[in-house]
Amino acid sequence: MTTTTASTPGSYYRFKPWNVGRLLVWSLFALLLIVAPLLFTSSLALTMLSQIGYLIIICLSYNMLLGQGGMLSFGHAVYTGLGSFIAIHAMNLAGKGALPIPLVFIPLVGGLAGMLFAVLLGYVTTKKAGTTFAMITLGIGELVASMALMFPEFFGGEGGITTDRVYGGSFFGITFGPAIQVYYLIAVYCFICTAAMFAFTGTPLGRILNAVRDNPERVEFIGYNTQRVRYFAFIIAGFFAGIGGGLAAINFEIITAVDSVSILRSGGYLLFTFLGGATFFFGPIIGAVLLVFASVLLSELTKAWLLYLGLVFLFMVMYAPGGVASLIMMNLRVAKYGKLRALLPSYLGLAGTGLVAMLGAACMVEMTYHLQLNAALGPEMSFLGATLNAKALASWFGSGFVLLTGLGLFELCRREYVRQWGRIQEEIEHEIKRGEAL
Amino acid sequence: MLNGVSYGLLLFMLSSGLTLIFSMMGVLNFAHTSFYMLGAYFAYTLSGLVGFWPALVIAPLLVGAMGALFERYSLRRVHKFGHVPELLVTFGLSYLVLEVVQLVWGRSTVPYGLPEQLQGPLFTLFNTQFPKSRSFIMLVALLMLLSVWLLLTRTRIGLVIQAALKHPQMTEALGHNVPRVFMLVFGGGCALAGLAGVIGGNTYVTEPAMAASVGSIIFVVVVVGGMGSLAGAFLASLLIGVVQTFAVAIDESLASGLQALGVMVSEETFGWPVLKLTVSQVAPILPYLFLVLILIFRPKGLLGTRED
Repeated sequence: MTTTTASTPGSYYRFKPWNVGRLLVWSLFALLLIVAPLLFTSSLALTMLSQIGYLIIICLSYNMLLGQGGMLSFGHAVYTGLGSFIAIHAMNLAGKGALPIPLVFIPLVGGLAGMLFAVLLGYVTTKKAGTTFAMITLGIGELVASMALMFPEFFGGEGGITTDRVYGGSFFGITFGPAIQVYYLIAVYCFICTAAMFAFTGTPLGRILNAVRDNPERVEFIGYNTQRVRYFAFIIAGFFAGIGGGLAAINFEIITAVDSVSILRSGGYLLFTFLGGATFFFGPIIGAVLLVFASVLLSELTKAWLLYLGLVFLFMVMYAPGGVASLIMMNLRVAKYGKLRALLPSYLGLAGTGLVAMLGAACMVEMTYHLQLNAALGPEMSFLGATLNAKALASWFGSGFVLLTGLGLFELCRREYVRQWGRIQEEIEHEIKRGEAL
Repeated sequence: MLNGVSYGLLLFMLSSGLTLIFSMMGVLNFAHTSFYMLGAYFAYTLSGLVGFWPALVIAPLLVGAMGALFERYSLRRVHKFGHVPELLVTFGLSYLVLEVVQLVWGRSTVPYGLPEQLQGPLFTLFNTQFPKSRSFIMLVALLMLLSVWLLLTRTRIGLVIQAALKHPQMTEALGHNVPRVFMLVFGGGCALAGLAGVIGGNTYVTEPAMAASVGSIIFVVVVVGGMGSLAGAFLASLLIGVVQTFAVAIDESLASGLQALGVMVSEETFGWPVLKLTVSQVAPILPYLFLVLILIFRPKGLLGTRED
């Protein structure tokens, strides 16, 4: 599932002994990780980059279950959260001098903890697949989340547990005090873990995991125990989830049980991994970036962000179940055959009319939220620079009109686009067939 | 005991709809408790307009209609992608419903009270009063169980539903509209959840968090009872209701138990944080522990026949 081109032999040339294309992509990824904090220097940007860094690990580890194993887990936060807690306790112990672990290896401690819990809990969870698996992970997630509140000694109760990451002596001037040093630690882990997880997709276990997802019955026939395959994958995913959790603990220096092992958090990972695209390896990376942008910027911008998020998610599942990544790959395929140019006008049309419709809808949603939450401030509110009166009929009528016009034009554009898209796909199929015949 | 039974029966009303939908369509409706919440809120608004008793009928019908619409326009479209996207779409819906409910009715508890006829105790037993509202829940749940069972086994619609469940293609060939049957079943399941919301909402509290509070417990009920088994769901929900109600009332811990047996236990003993927990503190996690135990010893559930 890593590259779509691999499925069409003949169109894919493998450079030997070096796979140049792959080398290029990975060096670009590494370069991006190194350069990003130099381009965006504000402290907000740096925090966001750090969060993106460890969320990439977490989302990728989640996708190992969802995308590669077909296991829909509702309890991924259990492994990241417990990883964070063990990591933070290890840091506190190391700070007291009881445990000689340098900070660089703390995420590994978190990873091992995540793995341990995955070994324990995964045995029960992976007994089933499919829908039952989802329900069991939900139950386990709730179990751990409510247990975390029962042991305030370990989980710190409501207030959580704090730590200080600057406990070791400085090593070539690196103390991990400044956020930039922590970012680079996270970036290095992010790169290594991404590479390791990508390598995992090519191992026999990774391949048979794909087979278990697609057809468990046949896998049983060729002599594999599907339950054990799922179990191993679950353990490995737990390990990487724990690393992500450990990095989160280092980044924030505080962990609360209410937040970090909660079902809500698991739901967030699920949502964004899916939005990013579960069918491609790089999809969760997009998902992680989206997650940070949504939770940091969008939640600043509007109070209705959860509503928008739910709507986007619903439409994504209905119309593009492969997530953002699949949209990108589909258009790349069109571009490869040099047909993207023909689609550009209709893309512009779609985007323009869609924006108009969204503007109308957003106006109405924002006015409703304003009425509900800020009733004391009066009916006047500002939205995108314009002042709206949430109680006046005119502004409701206006935004309704904008919404309907946008929707109507969007529908017209969409029909044209669907026709064009179908024609281009046919042409591409035709060309592939001709290429095979030659 | 009776409190436990009435709570268990409420759980059953919820899980029966879920089980029905699951056994029919193989869809795990994640938004089921959202429909429960919608039922409670609709009933709250309607009982202000037309009174409680008409609301008892209208609210579930409204919720059922919404469920059917959702099935028709969203779930059916996703059906061809497989089970996981179906689950995801209901998961997204649960987010959406929560936000919309908070938008319309606000974020705090709404004063959805009991009607005149259901206030006050029904009878007094050993100095504890048993409220009428609880007995009303039990009555409605039992009536519902009976009617669902009769509907499924004794009527023509029920037979078509059962046929569509076992051999959808054959049923279609015989001239029944299977997708519409599915839509009706989904709507019916949601209506049951709505009904549970109407009578559960005023006995307990009506607030935006009510969906999440029972959400994962009814999934436990469905797994423990055996996937897709209505009788199993009945048994499991009673069991969990009773166990949880009892556990909340017991203020004993392992430590005090051991002390009663003559074992010296103090704060220095290994594992004190575990020992000092009282049973009532552990109560919230009992259903989940139960789930894990069932999965280890009887993976197909109490009365389940399906193994997948």
